[in-house]
Amino acid sequence: MNELDFYTLYVVFYEMMGMLFWILIALVIFGIGGFILALTREGGLQSRRLILSEILGLLGGFMALFIMAKVTISGFSDAGGPVDWLLVGLIWGGGLVGVTILSYAIMGMLNILNDSQRQKA
Amino acid sequence: MGDLSRRSFLKLTAATGATAAAPLTLNATAAEKVKTKAHIVIAGAGAAGLGVANRLANQLDGAKITIIDGKKKHFYQPGYTLVATGIKGSSYPTSGTSRYMPEGVDWIQEAVAEFDPVGNKIVTASGKAVNYDFLVVTTGMKLDYAAIEGMDVNRIGQNGLGSHYHSPDAAAKTWSAMSRFSEEGGQGIFLRPATEMKCAGAPLKFTFLTEHNLRRNGTRSKANLLYAAHSQSLFSVPIVHEKVRMLYEDRGIDTVYSHVLRKIDLDRKIATFDTPTGGSEIDYDFINVIPPMRAPDAVRNSPLAWRTGPFAADGWTEVDKYNLQHKVFPNVWCVGDIAGVPKGKTAASVKWQVPVAIDHLIAAIQDRTATSQYNGYTSCPLLTQYGRAMLVEFDYKNNLVPSFPGVIAPLEELWVTWVMKTMALKPTYISMVRGLA
Repeated sequence: MNELDFYTLYVVFYEMMGMLFWILIALVIFGIGGFILALTREGGLQSRRLILSEILGLLGGFMALFIMAKVTISGFSDAGGPVDWLLVGLIWGGGLVGVTILSYAIMGMLNILNDSQRQKA
Repeated sequence: MGDLSRRSFLKLTAATGATAAAPLTLNATAAEKVKTKAHIVIAGAGAAGLGVANRLANQLDGAKITIIDGKKKHFYQPGYTLVATGIKGSSYPTSGTSRYMPEGVDWIQEAVAEFDPVGNKIVTASGKAVNYDFLVVTTGMKLDYAAIEGMDVNRIGQNGLGSHYHSPDAAAKTWSAMSRFSEEGGQGIFLRPATEMKCAGAPLKFTFLTEHNLRRNGTRSKANLLYAAHSQSLFSVPIVHEKVRMLYEDRGIDTVYSHVLRKIDLDRKIATFDTPTGGSEIDYDFINVIPPMRAPDAVRNSPLAWRTGPFAADGWTEVDKYNLQHKVFPNVWCVGDIAGVPKGKTAASVKWQVPVAIDHLIAAIQDRTATSQYNGYTSCPLLTQYGRAMLVEFDYKNNLVPSFPGVIAPLEELWVTWVMKTMALKPTYISMVRGLA
């Protein structure tokens, strides 16, 4: 096999992260699933929760950069060209979007859970 | 090999390590296995040997595959420079050979003592004869420290002596010696051998990082750095030589050319170089000795070695540089460091050589002709300071063959290349050894 394909990517990512790979995949599925569920059940975006999620997302972006710096024993201050700044943006953006969706999903699920418990009561 | 194939190693690395966009294709359903009763022997269980074994085990049905190597430890050698510069710990490159050994492969845990390609036979260190139908030679090479008068590998790490090619432990000791030098300053000497060598960029990288370490410690003004090139250039690819020459000038690293280390006095700290005008003695406070590299004796003394030409002196195997098939013994392929080809003593080369050699080997089993070619592709993430590297990729023609033209400039010092080297190359390498990438 000499092509760059999804299976090869999986193999390399798994080699890189071990079980953390599947934990991250589970988080992505849970985050997106929970986000969609919250949207559907609540009939749209809850602006207050979204703002709080975005604030957490901002922190998530910086956390992603911090983790990347730790893992690569370097940091975004080593950026030397445009592609490096693009990478910094991608990492930060990935952290921002991921944490925003995940935190919105968690808060949404908690809200749904509370509602259903209140209805039962 | 298609364009995508040529680039996929580093694209894969980038896609995994730097989340760069890369064209993806869904893996086609695994090809049907080739039925054969052939006995294939693989001599050597390093990166190339294990990669070959895994791929053959995946692609053949009924074949008897034997791999011969006494080494139980596997070393991720591209990691040695990272250990020697304090980026990774000494355990980073080491794992077990058995971890990558495919099921169903017979592993003879002995060194190869003799090749008899006329009789289609290998003799192991214990005298056991192993016959074969097809042979893949992946023995790697020998570090010939004995060729340097006065050199003692047991003293690596002491009295300013470094030598990061020797082993992970020696790389860690080299880091200790380099750290001390980076605090105290003095005269640092860096060099490479006049023979073919694995990863010709590593001596240059180590020099760059030593210089940066001095700067980080605030001791740069207390040190003189001298790189002694074996020829008239710092790197075999002219455009890379020019770039490194400019960077060395910028960093204040002196260079001398046509200097080959002949002798070292470890007590008096004097290195003696052969030069076109005679011997030249240079005092040092720190030196990183890179020894001459040659084919292992069993290969060198066998009919597999080149008899004439530039690869004859050190016993590299006589193969067609485009398909790695032996020129005299058509049932023999040689992959990795041992292959007598102009480029290709890196892990990236192995990645490209293995599929080509296997394609031709399986074609021979099936009595057909394969058309895939190895174009000499190799790559070197040339670390130029802590946190930055240049992604240098080239082929037999000394052409630069960037995997990301217009995105990652090959001669630009970038963080993204550093990220690839430190984070993604090892998992990619291990996947390659497993025959999966």
